[in-house]
Amino acid sequence: MSNTAQGQILDFVRGRFPQAELDAAQDIFALGFVNSLFAMELVMFVEKTFGVTIPNDELRIDNFRTADSMAELVDRLARVAA
Amino acid sequence: MTTSRVTDRRSAREFVDAHIVPHADAWDLDGRVPEDLIRKASEAGLWAPFLPEQYGGAGMDMVTLGEVHEEVGRGCSSVRSLLTVHTMLSWTVQRWATPAQREQWGPALASGAALGAFCLSEPGAGSDTSGITTTATQTDRGWVINGTKKWTTGGQRADVFLVFARTASSIGAFLVPRDTPGVRVRPIEEILGTRASMLAEITFADVEVEREALLGPSGFTAGMVLTGTLDLGRYSVAAGSVGIVQGCLEASAAYAAKREVGGKPLRDLPLIQAKLSDMVTDARAARLLLAEAGRLKDEGDSATLMATWIAKYFASTAAARHASEAVQIHGANGFTPDYPVARFYRDAKVMEIIEGSNEIQRMTIAGQADREKP
Ligand SMILES: Cc1cc2nc3c(=O)[nH]c(=O)nc-3n(C[C@H](O)[C@H](O)[C@H](O)COP(=O)(O)OP(=O)(O)OC[C@H]3O[C@@H](n4cnc5c(N)ncnc54)[C@H](O)[C@@H]3O)c2cc1C
Repeated sequence: MSNTAQGQILDFVRGRFPQAELDAAQDIFALGFVNSLFAMELVMFVEKTFGVTIPNDELRIDNFRTADSMAELVDRLARVAA
Repeated sequence: MTTSRVTDRRSAREFVDAHIVPHADAWDLDGRVPEDLIRKASEAGLWAPFLPEQYGGAGMDMVTLGEVHEEVGRGCSSVRSLLTVHTMLSWTVQRWATPAQREQWGPALASGAALGAFCLSEPGAGSDTSGITTTATQTDRGWVINGTKKWTTGGQRADVFLVFARTASSIGAFLVPRDTPGVRVRPIEEILGTRASMLAEITFADVEVEREALLGPSGFTAGMVLTGTLDLGRYSVAAGSVGIVQGCLEASAAYAAKREVGGKPLRDLPLIQAKLSDMVTDARAARLLLAEAGRLKDEGDSATLMATWIAKYFASTAAARHASEAVQIHGANGFTPDYPVARFYRDAKVMEIIEGSNEIQRMTIAGQADREKP
């Protein structure tokens, strides 16, 4: 279990797709397994784990492409909320 | 006399025993749920109790909502079906609509003054949702919707539809009031089960709606609206299926205690006991799966999605199995409207088809196989 946001996100994605080899900069959409069920799981995971609510206009593919970009989104939302 | 509020399983059971159970077979024969029941459900706050109090809801948690829908399903799957699609629309408005739309629709949805329905399936597309052909074209003023939706539960009665349509970039969810020009509703009659659920085919011919009628984000997360809506629908159908198993159990236990063969009540016969024991066991197992899915929803845990698939798969197949055995226990009487089991038998079959058929459930759950750990 990782402490960084990137690490936690990667752990989650790896847990869902044990066969995929992933790092924090990798485009998960390019791997071809993202469907609407997983997209929803991912958004719910990020919201619950980091205690943020992702507004509609932030639900953009670029924010979810990599573990790094999701971590940046979380960081930005946390700063807005603070 | 006003009806008392439904706030938990116990009050739901009282409501169902007083206002639904005595009439469910008559509604089934008649092919509709009467306005009187719709009004009583409104008085009881049954339509969307999970909405926040500011919109007239009661902020009910998902575990309790599941228990309430189970109780309704025990009484009448047609009423539960109306509740399911209304729940799906109300939740989607709550989750994805603008604050102004929530102000506009929330109180009416909570009170039942406006009933909602869910329009995804079409004559040519059911399981394969990517095959829908209804379109929404963007204009300067908003959207124009064209296409035909089929099998819309409650469509005959609903005041507002949640319509899924193809946009230039994805599949979007649109809120369409029934009285919008170009909306035509054609009743579908004489179906096998949930006969009183007032199904309709709905045609949208150049239906113009405002820009804000599109709910939720666009792009890759547009699918979340549908996924989330179906997840809640599946949860409600799972609950209704638990209710069917419980209904079968209660009817069968009562009948087996009373009916004698060879001077002995049926319930003393080992082969009948085997059926009853399986009903007791599966009712509990299905209820636990449902409660687990509900708890995960309340916690905002993404694991609720798979938990809900599993609960619905288990509960719907258990309902179909036990409804068949319940008719068996009743013998010829099980073929008549004098006992509820004939209705349970027909209604249970529907549960294996809607909100993801058995085959689709199994394909999705199989995806869990290589990551399933205790
Ligand atoms: C009583 C009732 C109420 C309904 N209410 C609504 C409603 O309110 N709103 C709405 O939008 N829809 C509603 N529906 C429609 C329902 O959602 C669809 O019937 C369901 O999704 C299945 O689609 P289909 O009937 O087109 O079957 P099809 O998709 O044509 O499937 C036919 C059979 O093939 C199987 N199958 C399909 N794909 C696969 C696959 N890839 N692999 C293996 N087997 C497969 C299916 O499981 C099924 O057994 C309702 C249906 C009923 C019966």
